Amino acid sequence: MPNFGEIELSRRDVVAGAAACAAATGVPSSARAGTGPEGPVMAKVSLTVNGERRELELDTRTSLLDAAREHLRLTGSKKGCDHGQCGACTMIVDGRRINSCLTLAVMHQDSEVVTIEGLGDPRGLHPMQAAFIKHDGYQCGYCTPGQICSGVAVLAEIKAGIPSHVSADLNARPEATPAEIRERMSGNLCRCGAYSNIVEAMTEIAGRQA
Amino acid sequence: MKFETPAGQNPIDQLKVVGRSTDRIDGKYKTTGTAPYAYERHDVVPNQAYGYVLGAGIAKGRLRGMDVAAAWKAPGVLAVLTTLDIPKLGLGKMNTANLFGGAEVQHYHQAIAVVVAETFEQARAASFLIRPDYAPEDGRFDLAAEARSAKPVGADSAEGSGGGPEDRVGDFEGAFAAAAVKLDETYTTPDETHAMLEPHATIAAWQGDRLTLWTSNQMIAWSKGSVAKILGIPPENVRVDSPYIGGGFGAKLFVRADAVIAALAAKAARRPVKLALTRPLIANNTTHRPATIQRIRIGATRDGTITAIAHESTSGNLPEGRPETAVDQTKLLYAGANRLTAMRLARLDLPEGNAMRAPGEAPGLMALEVAMDEMAERLGLDPVAFRVKNDTQVDPGHPERRFSHRDLVGCLRLGAERFGWARRSAKPGQVRDGQWLVGLGVAAGFRNNLLTKSAARVRLDGRGILTVETDMTDIGTGSYTIIAQTVAEMMGVSLDQVVVRLGDSDFPASAGSGGQWGANNATAGVYAACVKLREAVAQRLGVNSADAAFADGEVRAGNRGTPLAQAAAAGELVAEDGIEYGDIAKSHQQSTFAGHFVEVGVDVDTAEVRVRRMLAVCAAGRILNPKSARSQVIGGMTMGVGSALMEELAVDKKRGFFVNHDLATYEVPVHADIPHQEVIFLDEVDPMSSPMKAKGVGELGICGVGAALANAVYNATGVRVRDYPITLDKLLDRLPDAA
Repeated sequence: MPNFGEIELSRRDVVAGAAACAAATGVPSSARAGTGPEGPVMAKVSLTVNGERRELELDTRTSLLDAAREHLRLTGSKKGCDHGQCGACTMIVDGRRINSCLTLAVMHQDSEVVTIEGLGDPRGLHPMQAAFIKHDGYQCGYCTPGQICSGVAVLAEIKAGIPSHVSADLNARPEATPAEIRERMSGNLCRCGAYSNIVEAMTEIAGRQA
Repeated sequence: MKFETPAGQNPIDQLKVVGRSTDRIDGKYKTTGTAPYAYERHDVVPNQAYGYVLGAGIAKGRLRGMDVAAAWKAPGVLAVLTTLDIPKLGLGKMNTANLFGGAEVQHYHQAIAVVVAETFEQARAASFLIRPDYAPEDGRFDLAAEARSAKPVGADSAEGSGGGPEDRVGDFEGAFAAAAVKLDETYTTPDETHAMLEPHATIAAWQGDRLTLWTSNQMIAWSKGSVAKILGIPPENVRVDSPYIGGGFGAKLFVRADAVIAALAAKAARRPVKLALTRPLIANNTTHRPATIQRIRIGATRDGTITAIAHESTSGNLPEGRPETAVDQTKLLYAGANRLTAMRLARLDLPEGNAMRAPGEAPGLMALEVAMDEMAERLGLDPVAFRVKNDTQVDPGHPERRFSHRDLVGCLRLGAERFGWARRSAKPGQVRDGQWLVGLGVAAGFRNNLLTKSAARVRLDGRGILTVETDMTDIGTGSYTIIAQTVAEMMGVSLDQVVVRLGDSDFPASAGSGGQWGANNATAGVYAACVKLREAVAQRLGVNSADAAFADGEVRAGNRGTPLAQAAAAGELVAEDGIEYGDIAKSHQQSTFAGHFVEVGVDVDTAEVRVRRMLAVCAAGRILNPKSARSQVIGGMTMGVGSALMEELAVDKKRGFFVNHDLATYEVPVHADIPHQEVIFLDEVDPMSSPMKAKGVGELGICGVGAALANAVYNATGVRVRDYPITLDKLLDRLPDAA
């Protein structure tokens, strides 16, 4: 294994390096393990989750997804792949949807994070959650929180005039057409195949908003 | 309750709740992220440690040793358990390869070690420090090469399709030789992976010699027995709990490495352990749908009457593995006096081939229904008319066996009408819409309906709440809701008076979820328990159960109405029963049918295929909840689009593994691939299926749809691709002139 400064790396550098490229090859094993002689490198982070200020002290390798699921016990966001390939972990961070498995929690000092639990609960559903139920926009339910977080954020993106790959005119305001919805939602996989129903749920909400 | 004769009139026929399009009762949990899946159950047991599984880096050979010293020393590590620490474990139900134990490596990414640590990050990091020392051996990884030495093998998919190594009716060879019009073509389907969104995951905890597994599993009773067998402990010491399952499609029909290794790791660490198979491990560590090479021969008279039909399939698997039962539907789908079906199995050292959604029929119909399209063209017949002409109301190999109910013709005719089939150009490559070559395709869908026993327990409390308990699972199929509908209908209450508890092996054993047998059998078991509860209620209230009507929360006998809750005023009433079946499935063939219609556009320059419209018309008995049944069908249609256009596990034939073992490189359909989908259910009941008069639909949706799509691509372009998936490289140099 090539050595690139295993000895010289301070623990502070290890943190920065891990944050920049956690998957980089050739990282010395001790750094990849994220540990100094006395254990994991810990860091404090405080962020707002679903409107509530949360203070955490985390192993710096902890993804935002695992911070939520394992530390805050907000298990609504799902881990389908842990590689940013499926969208099940989608959260809305500082107003934009992201794959929370692809970002480290310590990168989110002062971030405003909204998870599926922040949109609504069984006694008070968010309109998008209610629309998913009405249109049966889910089956097993595992991709569903990510679809709903994405769905809410997608409609906000369209409303904000952000174009997509299928927007015919970059100077015109995009509309929440089925084609726009399908394009923008394509990072959220649903293996049960509820896509047709999800588009209907989102179209209904988009119509209501318009 | 034994079901031996066709169902007569019963309370389900009221259809006050059953048969109505109903929102899922679990929807408010699934949409808010509050439905608990296996890995998330922080509440069930304290002090959970994290496991991380390491897979073998060779496809075949032995482990000479494993250096685990650095892993043990890594921070937070509680235990390192390797496959060399224990002897090879036994097999659970339907397992082919061993899940753990011993030095032999049978396939790539077979589990070889687990690290348990205080945190996920620590367990993962420590697992990277393990240094396995392999003694690799040569293996066989190329189906096409090994097909030549494949041996005839009979098999049952355990999901309703199967047959002997070679099954014959009449004289196929003679009739085929004499046929006026013939087809003899070979089709291939690739290896596919289930790719359910929730990885295999388990939390394991020991309490003395008793083991509890909170896991993600479709078949609770099977798995309880399998875990006991694999670990060598009494079944009564095992509890399996899976209230929510994030998709399975057959991948979670049986116990996999996550459950076994979590149990062993929890023992080693003396702590409850939770672990999930990482996504990149799943395609090679677990099972997959095996690739097939299928030869189909059809002979017919000039007017299109099939006189000879043969379907032979070759697939590969590990030693002791079974073939993909791709030929079975060909015994039953069309008439014809002379028939041959055969399966051959090549030995491969790839990961274990096993059941994936509609094993057998899904790849089998992808070949057969293209062959039927090709044959129709040779005959100069419309593909719908050719199928209608060769419909059969009896099992062609056993004409004394009629279908219990079969309306494939109705599916095809209604579908043709609704889809605008008459506008299809019989000559391919004729329709242009701007940049797109447009084509329509049709195929028949076919999947058997299986009867299997299923039990449940129903409780009535003093508030009039009915709680049903069964180890039935809901893998997205809608079990919670149809079970609640069944109880509500039987007991005359509204849905909000019913509580459904599923997936716990402490509950009565159900049919489980597989082979599209769940809905009919599980609700029939609940029906049986409700019949018993109705008797107990009537007895408690002092009325004759035969005269009692259960409606609007009341029990009515004569002019008297008593609140149902009153029957439990003096204490909870509990009834437990199940459904069992006599010979009714032997005397009659029970199957489900569909007409699949697809419209595609093929880009005239790039050969990109886009699905423009899809319609499935289904005949599957009574539809218990049209809303969730429709979702099941569109889900199958969506997976069928994947099979036809993109899904393929790429085999590294030198090193022996599936290369594209994640969700970025194994492509499944995304939102942008799927248009609005239409489903029509024919209004029918099948009194031979159960008191519910329902049949399965969970797999019917995928059966035939890939062929309909392939036929649409042909109709659009005139290019016949017989090797799935139909990727643009297979079309590009054969497209009609773009000008």
